[in-house]
Amino acid sequence: MKKLIAILSLALLPLSAMAGGGEVHLDEANIDLANHAAIQRGAKTFVNYCMGCHSAQYFRYSKLTEVGLTEQEIKDNLMLGGGKIRDQMTIAMSPADAAEWFGAPPPDLTLIARVKHDGADWLYSYLRSFYVDDSRPMGVNNTVFPNVGMPHVLADLQGVQKAVYKEVKHGDKTEHVVDHLELVEPGSMTPAEYDATVRDLVTFLVHVSEPMKLERQRLGIWVLLFLGVLFVLAYLLKKEYWKDIH
Amino acid sequence: MSLINWIDERFPLTKVWNEHLAQYYAPKNFNFWYFFGSLAMLVLVNQIVTGLWLAMMYKPDANLAFGSVEYIMRDVDWGWLIRYMHSTGASAFFLVIYLHMFRGLMYGSYRKPRELLWIIGVIIYLAMMATAFMGYLLPWGQMSYWGAQVIVNLFAAFPFGIGEPLSIWIRGDYVISDATLNRFFALHFVLPFVLAALVFLHIVALHKVGSNNPDGIEIKKNKDENGIPLDGIPFHPYYSVKDIMGVVVFIALFAAVVFFWPDFGGLFLEPPNFEPANPLKTPEHIAPVWYFTPFYAMLRAVPPMFGSQFPGVVVMFAAILVMFFLPWLDRSPVKSIRYKGLLFKIALAIFSVSFVVLAWLGMQPATPGSTLAAQIFTALYFAFFLLMPIYTKIDKTKPVPERVTK
Repeated sequence: MKKLIAILSLALLPLSAMAGGGEVHLDEANIDLANHAAIQRGAKTFVNYCMGCHSAQYFRYSKLTEVGLTEQEIKDNLMLGGGKIRDQMTIAMSPADAAEWFGAPPPDLTLIARVKHDGADWLYSYLRSFYVDDSRPMGVNNTVFPNVGMPHVLADLQGVQKAVYKEVKHGDKTEHVVDHLELVEPGSMTPAEYDATVRDLVTFLVHVSEPMKLERQRLGIWVLLFLGVLFVLAYLLKKEYWKDIH
Repeated sequence: MSLINWIDERFPLTKVWNEHLAQYYAPKNFNFWYFFGSLAMLVLVNQIVTGLWLAMMYKPDANLAFGSVEYIMRDVDWGWLIRYMHSTGASAFFLVIYLHMFRGLMYGSYRKPRELLWIIGVIIYLAMMATAFMGYLLPWGQMSYWGAQVIVNLFAAFPFGIGEPLSIWIRGDYVISDATLNRFFALHFVLPFVLAALVFLHIVALHKVGSNNPDGIEIKKNKDENGIPLDGIPFHPYYSVKDIMGVVVFIALFAAVVFFWPDFGGLFLEPPNFEPANPLKTPEHIAPVWYFTPFYAMLRAVPPMFGSQFPGVVVMFAAILVMFFLPWLDRSPVKSIRYKGLLFKIALAIFSVSFVVLAWLGMQPATPGSTLAAQIFTALYFAFFLLMPIYTKIDKTKPVPERVTK
């Protein structure tokens, strides 16, 4: 089935490509939504690093039981502020305060993976593309999301990246653009560990954006199998009736 | 059956059954293209039924609408399925109707005596567009909001000082707001029943004149001694069982989208629409959903004249209104493309390509190159209609057989 979907996707790829607009190169996130451990680790990272400012207000903590956590585990490890298991992942910061502190309120992240084309790749690349830029209010900039208002909250883990520029000539004008980023100060993780952490976080965010995705695909196979059988019957019925026509 | 007799004495049940199904004689040579009429009705029923269930859970309130859609997707049992069936159904409806209309163009189904049938069909298409446009506002995402903003602003382009008040009257506010959302919800709920009534009229008209067929021959011209068309077969059971087969194939394709690809690469559910409507943040690129983009491309193709966007709006509406005149624009002695000459075939091919290219252009950000292309294809779109009296008249046609072919 996966193969079939892949072929279908390829056939219609031009459609999705034309709807996109960004020229930024994105690294492939290669997430696996069936990997419950990754979603669990991502949830932990989300709660510890993102939920200071970002909510996932359409997602309920209790839904994490669907990826293998028990209610007790959720309460002990993820619901740091207490509350009921059916609560949604909201935050205490009011949008008005947030707007004052950051210029714009940090968006809710429940659907962030669906707001962007290739949302998983975008998030994976974005969270690995912060670099030092003293001209920005938070001291960092981002190659995937230029002039972003968000600070690099995962800097402790990743370390500090600096931009290496290259010169691009436009006629007689020369422009300095970011060629690549260089790790100048290591964080508590190695680059490989950091990539894995981000991948888990992205897996969590993609899961949260559509928690029923795997379930609908699982059901879809049965629906199509049923319709396949029904088609054979419908075809035979039609043939039986039509044999006296022509 | 005494119960049937009891009913028949009070309501023409058997008579209606016979006239419209068991003794409605349809040409026996329907091909692939004749599935789309019944499929369109199926999709309409799908939209009404899933829409009713969505309306039970949806909140038409600017503060709650977006969240209520996510509530349906996550907390309502099978809500995600109902929602995806409805969102996929909208696109499927237009796809099916476009193929249904293309069938009409190919086989001359708009020609005498089916002019009214065609005109009712165009009215159905207009009602569908109004319904879809209002429905698209309801999820209250960024594209919902800004798409509606752009389209309602078109009405503000009307001259003589009526444009501005007209657009405010439509929105109920100076911008798209809670008032607009509330009224669009009310209209989106009621319009499908108007659609259903129009479909009823469409079928009444169809059964008065009888179905056309790929040969464009009137089967009523050749009847047997009982007055039954020689090339006709009763709709039921022949076409009912055939349509069931078509329905199963269609539902399978539909289910493939619903279960495996509901976003359809951003065409059916546009990514920016997963972000709640924000009146203070204009998206980089606003494009309507794919089924409106041919007309959107035409709108953008026309440059403003005398400082007004009105000419573009006129062209966009003219692109649909011109369809009403189609029955009188075609001067060919034959109906079907099978017996029409090369000129018509080329014209229809150019028209179809233009429609698809305009749909594609309408999704893209406008550049000088794409605007020029849109202008050329808009001209070709109108040329198909406006030059039709000429090219169908001078076209070399083939002789039409007396009876339908296989």
